[in-house]
Amino acid sequence: MKSIRVFLSATLLIVTASPLVIAENFVVGQKDKAFTLETLSIKVGDTVSFKNEDPFFHNVFSLSDAKLFDLGSYEQGVARDVAFDAAGEVEVECAVHPEMIMIITVE
Amino acid sequence: MVVKNKIMLGGLLLVSCYASALQASTALDSKMVFKPGHASLQHWLLPEAPAYPKNNKPTAKRVALGKQLFFDPRLSGDSNMSCATCHNPSLGWGDALPTARGAKSEMLARATPTVINTAYNSIQMWDGRKKTLEDQALGPITAAQEMNMDLTLLLEFLNASKGYQKAFKGAYSGEPITGELVAKAIASYERTVISRNSKFDSWVQGDKKAMTKKQIKGFKLFVDPQKGNCSVCHSAPNFTDNGFHNIGLLSFGADKPDMGRHSEKPIGLMKGAFKTPTLREITRTAPYFHDGSAKTLDAVMAHYIKGGEVKTNLSPNFKALTLSQSESEAIADFLTTLESPFSEITLPELPLE
Repeated sequence: MKSIRVFLSATLLIVTASPLVIAENFVVGQKDKAFTLETLSIKVGDTVSFKNEDPFFHNVFSLSDAKLFDLGSYEQGVARDVAFDAAGEVEVECAVHPEMIMIITVE
Repeated sequence: MVVKNKIMLGGLLLVSCYASALQASTALDSKMVFKPGHASLQHWLLPEAPAYPKNNKPTAKRVALGKQLFFDPRLSGDSNMSCATCHNPSLGWGDALPTARGAKSEMLARATPTVINTAYNSIQMWDGRKKTLEDQALGPITAAQEMNMDLTLLLEFLNASKGYQKAFKGAYSGEPITGELVAKAIASYERTVISRNSKFDSWVQGDKKAMTKKQIKGFKLFVDPQKGNCSVCHSAPNFTDNGFHNIGLLSFGADKPDMGRHSEKPIGLMKGAFKTPTLREITRTAPYFHDGSAKTLDAVMAHYIKGGEVKTNLSPNFKALTLSQSESEAIADFLTTLESPFSEITLPELPLE
């Protein structure tokens, strides 16, 4: 048991001291039929959480080459995440409300 | 004194409960006070003039040219259909048909959308495949099933016409007559087809007699997500969210249904979704829905109360309504207040040469 603790502590130390860049999580809201950000710059590996803050359903999708996804539709208070794993410009839209559009630049 | 205070507090509590109970689809709607002219209602008024592209400022000559083009049947392959054939000003700038009749009177798949207030739309067509009126104008003219006109022939006709040469020169001086210019002129005319002077608008501006109690009740129900749930899509100020929804029409259950917006945006949610039409002038634009399947406003209300016929891929913002007969009638009665006084249209003289 004691050896396991030592091993875990050592692992934790290694992770903490690691020079690796840890992926960040960004939050983008959907409020008043608009994304709360028009543009966002992130790094490869970062995650964006899209949160519906309107009292009706929204959708989030992208047909961009750099990231193809469709989060479906969801209600107020719900957030769904997307990990961006390739560099490029990603146009994010709401299929229900086409005026809702934002650009995420993944570097 | 104590008793009086209790009554006052009770009254305040009631008012407070009522205010907090007012639910709506937008922050502005949730703050509305249903009194004529109240400041909280003003977001339902349309701007006096719609926006226009920087390179197509509307002028009297551009509008006049656009009107000529709009009413000229020689813009069609058989020289027998103008824009106004389907977008007839006498029929709410539509055709009163369930679905349109195109070239050779072929029946088309979708209803003719009204031109009224399309100037305020941020996206055009039932499936949103065009963004602006300029983008849209040449589509029906050159579509084989619609006006079936060869653009090259059209430009030959216009360039050979002394009357049109003069009109184009006056409207767009120094520019050659092109398809783009034809579209610009037609769009300029369409931007004059506006409805923003209805009884509802008068009531919002303070005319106490413009709407009845029943109609005001109908408006309250219209914006209440727990009752009519209408404004979640038919939102202020043009009674449309410029969005796309599958509302469960029977036609979506056909073998090869019209997929609507999905043809433009291949997202599952968009299968069978169509653009929310304005409700302004709705009393002049029957039949209703993109397939023209509802003849009357009562039929529309019955559809929404039932929660649709084909319930696959319904819009998430769509739900069966819990409305009494009188509540349904009140909403339908409110919708009649969205009619502006009829505008007589004078036909333009068209150049023979």
